Amino acid sequence: MSAVQPSLTRINVVGFKTIVAREFSRILRIWAQTLVPPAITALLYFIIFGSLIGRRVGDMSGYTYIQYIAPGLIMMSVITHSYGNVVSSFFGAKFGKHIEELLVSPLPNWLIVLGYAAGGVVRGVVVGAVVTLITLLFTKLHISSVAVVLSAVLLSSIVFSLAGMVNAIFAKNFDQISFIPTFVLTPLTYLGGVFYSVNMLPPWAQGLSHANPILYMVNAFRFGFLGLSDVNVGVAYAIMGGAAVVLYVSCVLLLNRGTGTRE
Amino acid sequence: MPGSSAALRDIMKALTLKQLVKTYKNGVQALKGIDLEVEEGNFYALLGPNGAGKTTAIGIVTSLVNKTSGEVRVFDYNIDTQLALAKSCIGLVPQELNFNQFETVSTILLNQAGFYGIPRPVARARLEKFLNTLQLWDKRNAIARSLSGGMKRRMMIARALMHEPRLLILDEPTAGVDIEVRRSMWSFMRDINLAGTTIILTTHYLEEAENLCSHVAIIDKGRIIENDRMSRVLRKLQTEVFILNLRNPIAAAPSMPGYEVKLADDHTLEIEMSKEQNLNDVFSRLSSAGIEVLSMRNKSNRLEELFMRLVEQKTAAVPA
Repeated sequence: MSAVQPSLTRINVVGFKTIVAREFSRILRIWAQTLVPPAITALLYFIIFGSLIGRRVGDMSGYTYIQYIAPGLIMMSVITHSYGNVVSSFFGAKFGKHIEELLVSPLPNWLIVLGYAAGGVVRGVVVGAVVTLITLLFTKLHISSVAVVLSAVLLSSIVFSLAGMVNAIFAKNFDQISFIPTFVLTPLTYLGGVFYSVNMLPPWAQGLSHANPILYMVNAFRFGFLGLSDVNVGVAYAIMGGAAVVLYVSCVLLLNRGTGTRE
Repeated sequence: MPGSSAALRDIMKALTLKQLVKTYKNGVQALKGIDLEVEEGNFYALLGPNGAGKTTAIGIVTSLVNKTSGEVRVFDYNIDTQLALAKSCIGLVPQELNFNQFETVSTILLNQAGFYGIPRPVARARLEKFLNTLQLWDKRNAIARSLSGGMKRRMMIARALMHEPRLLILDEPTAGVDIEVRRSMWSFMRDINLAGTTIILTTHYLEEAENLCSHVAIIDKGRIIENDRMSRVLRKLQTEVFILNLRNPIAAAPSMPGYEVKLADDHTLEIEMSKEQNLNDVFSRLSSAGIEVLSMRNKSNRLEELFMRLVEQKTAAVPA
């Protein structure tokens, strides 16, 4: 068989496209787990918090309550599903041993991480789009800056896809992939200013909230829609960008070391 | 025999292991500095008892296991400095099933091709070729977990071939498959070796190794205890045991000086003879003793015999 030296660039390009396409087809194949639940959850949030309770809450900084929480709810779905996609897909591949298909291939670890992160971003963005469509059934969405909306959603999705990958690399069983989403991600999301402005909190709680990275993501995203933010948007971008770089480098180093994947 | 004409030209080494050592975190030293050279075109058997270090060695070559020390080269690509190029030359059929059970056969194979940079149209053509050859074309749209054990093994062979590797590593590919499937897999492996692919095979079926392989390396307790051409290794066997089925029952083994004769049961004799002795002499002595032989066969596979002797000798020589 051929002894010609293969082109590593071609291998990497085709390999990356293959990983992303495989992740996308997985999202579609298990649509009842990936696309339907966020739609139903968003529908319930908008019915209960938007239409029923929201009417009694009144305006928030000049917007109706449903308009105020809409960006946060979209972002919450993006974060949860970006994380969930990578953690379940990568851990599933470890558990089923088919991660070996990638590990024995010529694809470098930096590209494997990129491929899984891209898969998480695809799911986050698709779910975000689904939740946005649900939102439009209940209210009009005002957009202050398309660039901020898109960059905030992409950066947040990248950060949580990579965080999901770190979790999956270390996880040894299914309990360990549900622990972080249940006990860390969900509380941080709910306390990240999705349903309220942190300015409504007492000073100590405001200070504590500023240690929550999700607060910055939700507020940057809300700024893109409503032009409102409880935090400095520049700081929010710095945190998101910094977290993305740190998590990406961590994932690559962990795979290079073989943590959780090689003996 | 594959590789025999290769001696005439400058032979490329498909795989070179130098002083390869693997010590696991629990302190177990799985490989104690093994050296191995596999020439391009060889069909190499890597044999050894369970836990000998075969799968660890394969794991290191395919980068599923981190080595402790030593050097590995695949077609002269050093895995420490040219890992991607080295890996692009290797196709692996692992011992355990390691594919996504929920994907279709086609998806698994096409994705595998993609991981090696094979464009989709080329991958589709190879998919058809290899699935047809391995009699799986009808199953191309089946979900992998619905396949039988033998089909899953064949699918993993097809998957490993999707990028047409120069070195194919088969880690017990026929474990648990029936005789018919095993024979068809042997024929397939022979064909791809004749087409130029170097093959390294680990197996517990020593008959398989003897029939297929041009070379053999035996690993035991992390060391290579034998490594040579199959024919030379088998020549080292000085004796052979034959089993004779008799027409009439006998009460005791006949006395045959120069031969070791045992009565397995009243209709079966076991005769151990050296290579210098001949069967005509055995038969004439049995005839003169009034013993009629109906049929005859080797007691066991010759390689198996050698393997057991080598492993036993080493076990006796090296304290645990």
